[in-house]
Amino acid sequence: MLKIENLHARVEDKNILKGINLEVKPGEVHAIMGPNGSGKSTLSSVIAGKEEYEVTEGKIYFEGEDIEELAAEERAHKGVFLSFQYPVEIPGVSVTNFIKTAINESRKAKGLEEMPAKDMLKLIREKSEMLEIDRKFLSRSLNEGFSGGEKKRNEIFQMAMLEPKLAILDETDSGLDIDALRIVANGVNKLKSKDNAVVVITHYQRLLDYIVPDFVHVLHNGKIVKSGGKELAHELEAKGYDWIKEEASL
Amino acid sequence: MDLKDKLVSSFLAFENKVDVDTHVHNVRSEAIKIFEEKGFPTKKEEAWKYTSLNKLLKEDYSVFPKQENALDYKDVKKYFIHEIDTYHVVFIDGKYSSHLSNTTHDGIDVCLMSSALTNPKYRLIIENHFNKAATTDSLPSLNTAFSQEGVYIHIPKNKIADKPIQFINFSTGNESATLLQPRNLIVAEENAHVQIIERHQSLTENPVLTNSVTEIFTKKRAIVDYYKIQNDAENASLIDNTFIKQQRESIASVHTFSFGGKLTRNNLNFFQEGERIDSILKGVTILGDKQHVDHNTLVHHIEPNCESHQDYKGIFGDSSTGVFNGKIIVEKEAQKTNAFQANNNILVSDKATINTKPQLEIFADDVKCSHGCTIGQLDESAMFYMQSRGIPKKEAKALLMYAFSNNVLSSVKIPEIKQRINKIIANKLGVSIGFDL
Repeated sequence: MLKIENLHARVEDKNILKGINLEVKPGEVHAIMGPNGSGKSTLSSVIAGKEEYEVTEGKIYFEGEDIEELAAEERAHKGVFLSFQYPVEIPGVSVTNFIKTAINESRKAKGLEEMPAKDMLKLIREKSEMLEIDRKFLSRSLNEGFSGGEKKRNEIFQMAMLEPKLAILDETDSGLDIDALRIVANGVNKLKSKDNAVVVITHYQRLLDYIVPDFVHVLHNGKIVKSGGKELAHELEAKGYDWIKEEASL
Repeated sequence: MDLKDKLVSSFLAFENKVDVDTHVHNVRSEAIKIFEEKGFPTKKEEAWKYTSLNKLLKEDYSVFPKQENALDYKDVKKYFIHEIDTYHVVFIDGKYSSHLSNTTHDGIDVCLMSSALTNPKYRLIIENHFNKAATTDSLPSLNTAFSQEGVYIHIPKNKIADKPIQFINFSTGNESATLLQPRNLIVAEENAHVQIIERHQSLTENPVLTNSVTEIFTKKRAIVDYYKIQNDAENASLIDNTFIKQQRESIASVHTFSFGGKLTRNNLNFFQEGERIDSILKGVTILGDKQHVDHNTLVHHIEPNCESHQDYKGIFGDSSTGVFNGKIIVEKEAQKTNAFQANNNILVSDKATINTKPQLEIFADDVKCSHGCTIGQLDESAMFYMQSRGIPKKEAKALLMYAFSNNVLSSVKIPEIKQRINKIIANKLGVSIGFDL
């Protein structure tokens, strides 16, 4: 589904990604861990198509297609979803209005009619119940004044509505208390199928107790320095990142 | 002969044809003297520093359009808020069109300034109100001298206008350049309530300059809600002079939506002559090309315990220019005044300009006055957030701009106006997303 080859990327004059190789197949859950500043968020932004990041070398393929030239919205239309570490506040646009626009723009891009209002309402009700979201919440301005937990839950709500093929969850666990973490993780697990894939980017192992990865990769200094199964996450939790840094510098 | 001389000499011929030996005639003669003395405003005057009329005044305007053009309703329907039942008063090149209008004398008066100025029935109201709110600046004075036609609305005590009133000034461009000077008078007596929609629409590529004066009186506890939809053709310019005199406990709101036209100057003046008055001034301005809009507001707090709320949003693209000059005067007697003013702007092009200036003159010591103006750009991170959810750049931009102006739109009381404004905004931004989902 996602294939990244020798990816180098920079923002302004700073090289951040220095040769990433990663392959994610349908039905898989990958975790990308690593210390602060290792390039985790950059990687997710580059996959999602943020313009400020310049790919200097390497390729990103999504379902066999080179997506480097595609705008962020075109990648979204193909089924890439990024859950933001810091969701942006947009005063004046309600959660409902926003998600309706997003869904209908995606449908338009695929040559489909707008979703009938009745179906839209049904879908919103279904997905918000799954994530235990209060209906009043949906008429509030997008992310404005939301608590950390509300913001993250709102991200997963949007993911549930958009049903992406590839979901990248960037530090979705940060700012969540344990109950919110469980609700969010349950939501992600319910959305998982053999046809879609999830990339979980996280600093801590905590979220991985709920969203269990098939593969764990450790990112350090713009490169994946170690890959393994879910037990690698536990090892990192117990030993920290220093031993990885040492290993990498050998 | 320049325009000023042409106007002054036209007046001599004009004045002998209208209302000789009446109160109004005296007001006219005074007004033309003031105009003759002051002339057109220039950039040397502080209030006109950022708006030059020079180019506009070079056109050879016909001062009294001769021919009356007929319009078919179906061709101009789109300019009306036709989704709701309203009274409408329509003028074509300054002349009343009975064919397109729907006036009334049933309980309330929605009719013509020309009849109010000449019919003895209205004499007292005219004597007490005509030119009693307008200031003696040169452009309102020019309008006063030539006042002939416009809308006359009188809502008697305790009456609520049963439907909104809209009036449209069409220009058809029979002349190579047209000067229009509509004159409107609106009197809401004690406890009366009325909603009004105003529009100026040019249907020609020829230059049109409108110098309009509207006087509004809100008596004790009256409520007037006024909506100005400014989305005119590219060669049409408007100088709107609106004066609102409020008595105690009255509420007056003016929403100004400026999207079109070549040059628009809104002189909006509120005078609070009683206690517990509320004045509301809101505006959304979205400009492109070389358009220019200048909002010049004045709120004069004269008595204690009054409020004013001002909120103007502006979005400027291409080489457009905007001006906001918001003056608030709080007199010494006007204790416990609560005056709020905000002017927020977004520049979406490197060549667009906004000049914004709050101007507060406060002589009382126990007041709450807050003001703030901002100039910024569209939030890039918000753009990426929206794009990452599948909303294309253009639509994301439109949604952000709409969101930016949303809190001004939310105070519009007639939903059909809000829908119309949403459509105009979508059109203006070249997108087809429905904002009011």
